[in-house]
Amino acid sequence: MPSSALTAAHPLKDVTTSDSALRRFLHGLPGVDAVGLEGRAASLGTRSIKTTAKAYAIDLAISMVDLTTLEGADTPGKVRALGAKAAKPDPTDRTTPATAAVCVYPDMVAVAKEAVAGSDVKVASVATSFPAGRAPLTIKLADVREAVAAGADEIDMVIDRGAFLAGRYLKVYDEIAAVREACGTSARLKVIFETGELSTYDNIRRASWLGMLAGADFIKTSTGKVAVNATPANTLLMLEAVRDFRAQTGVQVGVKPAGGIRTTKDAIKFLVLVNETAGDDWLDNHWFRFGASSLLNDLLMQRQKLATGRYSGPDYVTVD
Amino acid sequence: MENVASAPASAPAFAYAPAPESRAVVDIAPSYGLFIDGEFTEAADGKVFKTVSPSTEEVLAEIAQATEADVDRAVQAARKAFEKWSALPGAERAKYLFRIARIIQERSRELAVLETLDNGKPIKETRDADLPLVAAHFFYYAGWADKLDHAGYGANPKPLGVAGQVIPWNFPLLMLAWKIAPALATGNTVVLKPAETTPLSALFFADICRQAGLPKGVVNILPGYGDTGAALVAHPDVNKVAFTGSTAVGKEIARTVAGTRKKLTLELGGKGANIVFDDAPIDQAVEGIVNGIFFNQGQVCCAGSRLLVQESIQDELLDSLKRRLSTLRLGDPLDKNTDIGAINSEEQLTRITSLVEQGEAEGAERWSPACELPESGYWFAPTLFTNVTQAHRIARDEIFGPVLSVLTFRTPDEAVAKANNTQYGLSAGIWTEKGSRILAVANKLRAGVVWSNTFNKFDPTSPFGGYKESGFGREGGRHGLEAYLDV
Repeated sequence: MPSSALTAAHPLKDVTTSDSALRRFLHGLPGVDAVGLEGRAASLGTRSIKTTAKAYAIDLAISMVDLTTLEGADTPGKVRALGAKAAKPDPTDRTTPATAAVCVYPDMVAVAKEAVAGSDVKVASVATSFPAGRAPLTIKLADVREAVAAGADEIDMVIDRGAFLAGRYLKVYDEIAAVREACGTSARLKVIFETGELSTYDNIRRASWLGMLAGADFIKTSTGKVAVNATPANTLLMLEAVRDFRAQTGVQVGVKPAGGIRTTKDAIKFLVLVNETAGDDWLDNHWFRFGASSLLNDLLMQRQKLATGRYSGPDYVTVD
Repeated sequence: MENVASAPASAPAFAYAPAPESRAVVDIAPSYGLFIDGEFTEAADGKVFKTVSPSTEEVLAEIAQATEADVDRAVQAARKAFEKWSALPGAERAKYLFRIARIIQERSRELAVLETLDNGKPIKETRDADLPLVAAHFFYYAGWADKLDHAGYGANPKPLGVAGQVIPWNFPLLMLAWKIAPALATGNTVVLKPAETTPLSALFFADICRQAGLPKGVVNILPGYGDTGAALVAHPDVNKVAFTGSTAVGKEIARTVAGTRKKLTLELGGKGANIVFDDAPIDQAVEGIVNGIFFNQGQVCCAGSRLLVQESIQDELLDSLKRRLSTLRLGDPLDKNTDIGAINSEEQLTRITSLVEQGEAEGAERWSPACELPESGYWFAPTLFTNVTQAHRIARDEIFGPVLSVLTFRTPDEAVAKANNTQYGLSAGIWTEKGSRILAVANKLRAGVVWSNTFNKFDPTSPFGGYKESGFGREGGRHGLEAYLDV
């Protein structure tokens, strides 16, 4: 299938003309030194965010949450509750910002859409046979089209990790490009690499560039369904990739760490990574998201603590 | 894909909250004496000098200034203590060293704040780098004290006697640890002169020695200027001289000691080459370059002050480096967010400024990020020079400040030739993803330490020292014992 994501004027157009050209390009990217990367991520974790800086960071983080339910047991009732919470996360405090989106399976998109109607909350949907991605392309595309037709504003797709690990980069590229096309103009595409399965940092950098070349609007660490999900190091690496990609092409791509970010403290550390790596151009929910479900309640409790000076407890925020 | 959109309205900047360490954890007395034979005493002629905080120019304390007579008194105390100290079984000496190490750990917050006040370096360096290493050195050499028979110098190696040690102001307590820990472990006694701008942590260490119950006279601390150091080095009853500092002073000491039976180790200046090949992990190399030259405001003898970058990636690397420098935070060294603290003294600031002006006059291109300097104190913005050649003074002289000279090369041979083309030879760095190249290049570099894909990493088990005008002898590791044993 001809690749369509890059326009003729794109400076990196040539690298996707053949499997070997793409491999040469991806393997020609600078390597990643694991010790140095993890060291840098850890050192950025020590910045001090308190009082006004903290209040700002908490509200920013809330506005970046993709409030997620991805369970086999999801029901319309559960999704409606999630949508209501996304629009008004803290019923006791109307100044609390809404989350960025609710993230659901494709069959729940219509319900979610209705639940967030009248708010700015977007509906994101994990299509392409999430989380394994092991289905024929025709089925993945049908999955995407259904979700978009039902009103999804954003599609979270998983890449074919098997093809990637086998070095069949053009296959992965074409698949992303095809999904991008199926998203049409109405939905933004988040490409999930499942970094825990890609195993090396070099692979994560290659996958990031591959996703961006193929037209990803967002690159996303993981599904949240495997042992290793978002970490400060893999997110830092992806932030470097979007920063470098914009420098080379002028195109800005968003980043979404997902899975495992549960506390305000963790979320703020990620915001510091954004601030000092990609820069403040990425510090809003159009360009940075947290894929999380339990994070929101901790953010809300910390927000209440800042407002009242004392900790409340889990019963002072809604369960969903 | 989307082209850059404007940010939502009126987003405030993501400003970090100031997070200064409390000064209350350290109690600085208005004045300090000399530490001789287990007691604090005044100088023989009653002279004192002031030590100031470089970040604020605040006077921290008045310090007694040791004279020749004080040096003599201290050396005699050390000589007397040597008889008993050297006769102790190694395991007994180890107990004292372990005790000192543990007290340092217990008081590490206090010592970190003190060091930051007196030296001007950021608290995150004193707290996260200096103090853990100080304790680690005492622990490490405590472990050797009863195993000297197995250190590779034959059975029952003997200590030398009284060690006269002179240390610099860039890592006051760490340099003290590097000198005192191996000296005591091997059975020597010590007279140490800290630098005149940073005497406080050594005097607090004297207190730690008392707290640990160390026998009187084993450690003596004599604050003072160069003449105090000269008197110590020249004292006829000193058996071993150890010096860390400038090459000029090192040469003077070498002349003084020549022809005597004193053993000498010198750890002097450097102009470390940080070599970045075109296949390097660029983002981590940028971090390594920053750490190599801006750690401790570049006041590090093994700083990677010459960046040798392969021509093919020069533009890309410099762009990344400049962007990274723009995120460095300069200011109150007690704030844990601070990356760059104050220059240690007005004198040092003047020296840096003059060398940088020379660099500009010679035609190198100077660049610094937009950076506001505090009004009081001694400050110098992180600085980068491009278009530097081997013929420039800024490529040859040790600046000892946050100033990086960028040179380029085309082939590995050229990189090695340029890296070695210096009167110094203390440290070097290699950045490449190719393991075979690391080994091949490291073997050809004339430098005491060669880091690969990292920089400025220290460990008590690893020997440290120089080639050429960077001095001789090794500190740290098993090799560090040799300088204090009669072998």
